[in-house]
Amino acid sequence: MGLHDHKFGEGGIVITKLDDVLNWARLSSIWPMGFGLACCAMEFFSTAASGYDLDRFGVLPRASPRQSDVMIISGTVTFKMGDRVRRLYEQMSEPRYVISMGSCANCGGPYWEHGYHVVKGVDKIIPVDIYVPGCPPRPEALIGGIMKLQEKIRRESSMKPEALEKILAKRKKLA
Amino acid sequence: MEFQEIKDLLTKQFGDAVLGEDLNASPNAILIDRKKITDVCDFLFRRKETYFDQLSCLTGIDNGPEANSMEVVYNLYSIPRGHHLMLKVTIDRKKPVIDSVQHIWRTADWHEREAYDLLGIQFKNHPDLRRILLPKDWEGYPLRKDYEEQEKYHGMNVKYDRDQYPDDIPQFKKQDADSV
Repeated sequence: MGLHDHKFGEGGIVITKLDDVLNWARLSSIWPMGFGLACCAMEFFSTAASGYDLDRFGVLPRASPRQSDVMIISGTVTFKMGDRVRRLYEQMSEPRYVISMGSCANCGGPYWEHGYHVVKGVDKIIPVDIYVPGCPPRPEALIGGIMKLQEKIRRESSMKPEALEKILAKRKKLA
Repeated sequence: MEFQEIKDLLTKQFGDAVLGEDLNASPNAILIDRKKITDVCDFLFRRKETYFDQLSCLTGIDNGPEANSMEVVYNLYSIPRGHHLMLKVTIDRKKPVIDSVQHIWRTADWHEREAYDLLGIQFKNHPDLRRILLPKDWEGYPLRKDYEEQEKYHGMNVKYDRDQYPDDIPQFKKQDADSV
């Protein structure tokens, strides 16, 4: 902390963009929902445990969807669970993000052809921000996914009319 | 008790209800008539020399529409006596009904629900015959040989859709997927 007080002077005032502050706050405390669906959950737990210590990224599992920012789909989504996953997602408050972890959540994994009970990719039910490949992904891969999500949040803007810009860009392309 | 002794004991007690044996099975199996299965199980459980106090497993088997039969397999074990036994019962595939053994071994409760869930075998006198793994509004019994999954479940596509990926991603073109 020694460096900060020298840098900011005695006034203790920092001037920055509002977007940057909000994004910095959000990406530094991505709280995932503490739930797991299959073997990927084991990797999720070990990532959160002392060895990889997800806490240092500000990632702290919460027991309620209402307190969570990100949903890590760690494992096979069965049709029976699909309904529940959708409801849990709907219970999360915005801004909310989804990390699809492992092959099963990405596309159905080994159950893609003969698994009558498996949703062929969780993106069929809820929008996914980050896909983490692997079966199951190692903790390093999950951390990589979380850092990718942090990058995504860093680029966000709460004031920029992004939807409008997208429409305008499309029109420009057509013209 | 040895397998042959148990078989003799059952033949003496139940006569025609003992339909045969299967020595390829491990442990060796006795084939039992469908109508007598609860009586045989009850006998094997109560009798001092046999005393099968544990139902290790209860499984259903579908032999397919050609054979037109189903089987229910009981794996018994006696903890104090240390002997094993398998019982096999063949039932009609079009009307798969058999008596429950839930009142003898509580283990059978969930095992029978599983056989009902995946094969559609009806267990008579079961107190709570619901699906155990699949959702309650699922259609069909997935472990039957002629099972076809439903197209949609609550708006989700059940089958993997090869055309869901856009054509401009080369590794997901349909012909590529077929040649793998």
